[in-house]
Formats: sequence, structure tokens, C-alpha cells
Amino acid sequence: MTEIALQAVELVRRIEGTVSHTLVNGIDLAVKKGEFVAITGPSGSGKSSLLYLLGLLDAPNEGEVIICGQPTSTLSESDRADVRLTKCGFVFQFHFLLPEFTSLDNVLLPMRAAGKMSEPEMRERGLALLESLGLAEHANKRPNQLSGGQRQRVAIARALSNRPEIIVADEPTGALDTASTEQVFSILRDIADQGQTVVVVTHDPALAARADRRIHIVDGKIAEITAHGGGAAVCEAVS
Amino acid sequence: MKLILNIAWTHVSSRVRQTLVGMAGVSMGVGFTIMMAGLMQGSQIDFLRQLVDTMPHITVEDERRSVPTQPAEQEYGAVQMSDIANVGRRPGIKYPESVMGSLRSWIPGDVAPSVKTTAIINHGGARIGITLTGIDPRREVQVSKLATQMQDGKLEDLSRASNGIIIGEALAEKLGLKTGNSVLLIGGQGVQLNSAVTGIFRSGMKRVDENQIYSLMGPAQVMMGQSGVVNQLRLRLTDPMLAQKVAAQVEAQTGYKSVSWQEANADLLSSFTVRDFIVLTVMGAMLLTSSFATYNIISTITHEKRADIAIMKSLGMREYAVRRIFIIEAAIIGMVGILFGWLLGYLLCYGWSKITIFNPLTGTTVPLSIYYSATHYVVVGAISLLCCAGAAYFPARKATRVHPVEIIRGAS
Repeated sequence: MTEIALQAVELVRRIEGTVSHTLVNGIDLAVKKGEFVAITGPSGSGKSSLLYLLGLLDAPNEGEVIICGQPTSTLSESDRADVRLTKCGFVFQFHFLLPEFTSLDNVLLPMRAAGKMSEPEMRERGLALLESLGLAEHANKRPNQLSGGQRQRVAIARALSNRPEIIVADEPTGALDTASTEQVFSILRDIADQGQTVVVVTHDPALAARADRRIHIVDGKIAEITAHGGGAAVCEAVS
Repeated sequence: MKLILNIAWTHVSSRVRQTLVGMAGVSMGVGFTIMMAGLMQGSQIDFLRQLVDTMPHITVEDERRSVPTQPAEQEYGAVQMSDIANVGRRPGIKYPESVMGSLRSWIPGDVAPSVKTTAIINHGGARIGITLTGIDPRREVQVSKLATQMQDGKLEDLSRASNGIIIGEALAEKLGLKTGNSVLLIGGQGVQLNSAVTGIFRSGMKRVDENQIYSLMGPAQVMMGQSGVVNQLRLRLTDPMLAQKVAAQVEAQTGYKSVSWQEANADLLSSFTVRDFIVLTVMGAMLLTSSFATYNIISTITHEKRADIAIMKSLGMREYAVRRIFIIEAAIIGMVGILFGWLLGYLLCYGWSKITIFNPLTGTTVPLSIYYSATHYVVVGAISLLCCAGAAYFPARKATRVHPVEIIRGAS
């Protein structure tokens, strides 16, 4: 059996208030290493909330997220930050690049925050990442000098910089044109093929169809799981 | 840490105008505070120097701290008695020469004997009560600046005339006296003495210049009706600040009441304390106010940078690390502001020291005395830096506490 990279057990996330609202309502999920999973669902179905829980950006009210075999419900906020820094890479609908910094500096940010490599090593890796995403000549440009698709690719390079096990992307193509969407998706596909685990939330059924597995969420619950791609990945329900 | 510095520097350097306003705020606060400190301490030191120059540093008098108990009280302690006449006691310090000899052996300074009494000066129909101090001109120069305070005549002239006196300038003006004039002195015992004014002095202290008359010891003893008495020893120390300590030792050794200049001027010195308190409060308020510009800038930056904060936190940077970015920004603004503030403060002090004012005590025009001290610069700088860091801490804490999901959700 292949290694499980990311596992969710009985995840529940509620917004407490005058009117309590359950965003994620008891989800069980296991994603294998190197798998490309697409999460789909209507607006407000809880798919983004689930993604934030899987990426440790948010903490569940109940249940457990296990990243590379490590349970996370008992971790402190700073330990969770450390796990995010080293094991998860994030891509959002908006690029969220620091506007005053060049593409390269933005890509170097997580590496510098982790502080595990020397400056020349980091620069070398940063440039290699940008080059692999076709951005070599844009390394010293600032975000406002780049197109939407280029910015999103810089954001992907930043997500990859600390060699995370898991890439978590929330509507990464939501603000892009068709050509850039195609580019970004094929990059994510390549990342998964190279052995990193990718979880993407998307609205686009055509894109979701290209994932190894598509998980459809309705009202905070898994409504349907569809496996694609000639058995490259097999659905494994873990309940 | 390098990353944090890098981000902080980028934020600050990309907002030149705002940053300059913040730095200017800090500079003004620091500059004016340093100026106030220099002026305040300068005038205080100037005043104390005048005080210390004019007065003996320690005065030993033939009094006790408390009235000695009477023989009748000692004998019949349990019996309440009123109207007991105190046993007559011959005034004066016993064996003054040997006391002075033993004091001279250890005090860091010198000592001279004097005879202090009160008298009435009678001239042209005016009668004014004064303090008459009989001195030994040769020994007086060791313990006071009287010789240098002479406006007319010399200290030694006292010995040349019969019953010569030296009077203060204010008193001379009041009575219209000049050197060579004769006056009549009337003592407590009714003794009358025709005296000649041989000199006029000015100490710069009005109460001294109006009330103090000097003569030789002989005439003063005559006025007291006690021949040969010495009722006051006056000490001058090489370091006036030791006066309190030395006075206590002298009192312990001799048993006579020894008053340091600090004790004699306790009222003035306590008004200094009040003044210090007021000025320090004002200076603190100035520094605090000057850091408000910094608070403003950091608030604006943290507000504008909400998305950056969210992404840095979501990428896994710790909250305190992100917070530190903004505190470092404030520190950069503060430190540059402080450097310019030091310069401003120095220039202000220098400018003030060129201004002259009329001193009614000495009747001369003198420059404002400014005290230059590295301590002022260091302390004011440190407080200002703390204020800036504090001003940044609160907006930074508020901004970095925000959960990244809230902002990421809000953006998408």
C-alpha cells in the first residue's frame, strides 16, 4: 500500500455565534503521496474550509488532521506554523506576493523564514524553481510588472520552495484567463507526477476531471468521490 | 532575522514622506527635551555654585541640637516644675583653637573662627537690625570668598581703622554709606560702638548683602559683651558635596551643632525637587507625544499590509516574527529620529548659550548657563526609543493577531 501523505478523520469545523454554522461536517479523507486530488462543490459547500483545515491554516472543532503520519490536533499554534512552513505549500486565488519584493525574493521568503539553507543555496534553488516554471527572465521583477498568470506561477514557486510534502491550492486559477489556467494546471499536474501531493479546490469541472481523484462536497459532507486516470490512484475510503 | 530586517527596511524605505514625518516627530521631541534638560540643570548648577561660593560649607555653632536638661529637672524628674530659669551658660565654643586644630587634621578643607552676634546699625536716623560677624582676615580667606567679593576697599583694611566694618552693597545703598563713613553700632547688651566703613562687598545673595556686616573679632566680642569668645567655626571643603557627611562627623566629634550648606538651604533645595519633578513630567510628556507620529505610521502600515501579514503567517512565519517586523520599523524611525534629535538638541543648547540675560543679583549681563551632559543624550534617546517601540507594539500586536484565514477568505 502506498504511503498516506494527508489524512482527515471525522473533521468538523463550526462557526460559533448567535447562529452557529457548520462549515465542515464530519469528513474522512486520505490522500496518498503523489496523488492529485481536486475538491469541488457549490459555493458555500465548505470546500475551502476543508482545504484550510487540511493545510493547518485553520483548526477543526473536532477530528484530526494527520500530515505525513503526524497527528496535529494537539500542536500549539507555533508548532502548527512550523508544520506549515516545512510540510505545506499554499497557493491562493490571489497571488499574495509581497509587492515590494522581486519574484526571487518572494520565492526565497519561506526558505529564509525556515533558515535551513545558506543564502547562495537558497538563491540557487529559487532561480531553479523560477526557471522550471518558465520565469527565469522575471526573477528580478516585482509583482506589479508581471501578468496574472506569471504572478500565480511565482506564487507556486514560493509554495514549492521548502520542498513541502503537500501543496494546497485554493482556486489557483480562479482569477486567470484560459491560457494561464491551462499552464498553472499542467504545472500542478507535473508537481504531483514528481511525487508531491497536491490538493486543489476548484470550480472548473474540466480541470477537476484531470485530477487523479475528484471529491465533491455538498453542505460540508463528501457527496461523491470519482477516481480518474487509469487507476494511477485508487480511491481509498478510510472510514 | 535578516529576512525580518529586510522586510522592515523595505516597508520603511518605500514610504519616504511618512517615514520622514515620523522621524521629524521623534527628532523634535528628543531635541527639545535635551535642550530643556541642559537649561534646567545648567541654571540649577549655576545657582548652587553661587550658593556654595557665598556661604561657608559647614557652620559649627555653640548650640546643641536640643536644649540641655536643667539640673533641677535631673534632680527632681518626677516633679512638674515651671518657670525654672535656665542656668546661665557662658556662650561660645570651648577651647576653639584646639577644636580647630583637631578638625584641621582630618577635614578635607580648612576652618576659621568667627564671632556671630546681632546688632543694630544706626545711621542718619535709620536703625536696621543686622548680623555682625567678627572674623580674622588672615584666616577668613581660607574659608570664604569674601576677599574676592570686595567691591570697594580690602579685607585687610579692617585692621587699619579702629572698629572697622565691611558692609554689603545693598545695605550701603539703603543707608547711603560709602567707604570712610562712620556709623554707630548698638549691641544687644546696650553697648555702643562707633565704627568706620572700610569696605563694601557683594555676594550676589540679596539676604546676605542686606544683612551681613563683618568686623574684626575684637569689636564683635565687645558688642556681645563676652571678651575672648568664639561662637562659630566656619568650614570650607575642597568638595562642597561632602558637606553633609563631614558635618555629621564634626557634630559627632565636637558635640556642637554643625550645619551643612544643604541643611541651611533645605527650603531652596526642596523647591528644586518640585521643579525637577515638574520639568521631568513635561519632558516625559514631550517624548511620549513625539512617538505618536510613529504610532500613526505603524498603524497605517499594518493596516495596508494585512494581506502580507496573512500570507506570512500562512506560510508558517511565527506571529512574533511578523510582529517584530513592525517593531523594527518603529525602531528604525526612532533611531534615525534620535540621531537628528541629538543634533537638534545640541544646536538648540548652543543657540541658547549665546543669549545673555541680566542678573539682578550680580548686576551683570551673563549668558544662560547650559549644562552639557552625555547622560542627557543617552537617557533621552533610550526613553524615546522605548516610546517608539511601545507605540509600534500595540498596532503590530493587533494586526498580527488576525487569523490568516479571515483575510484570505475576505480577499477571495
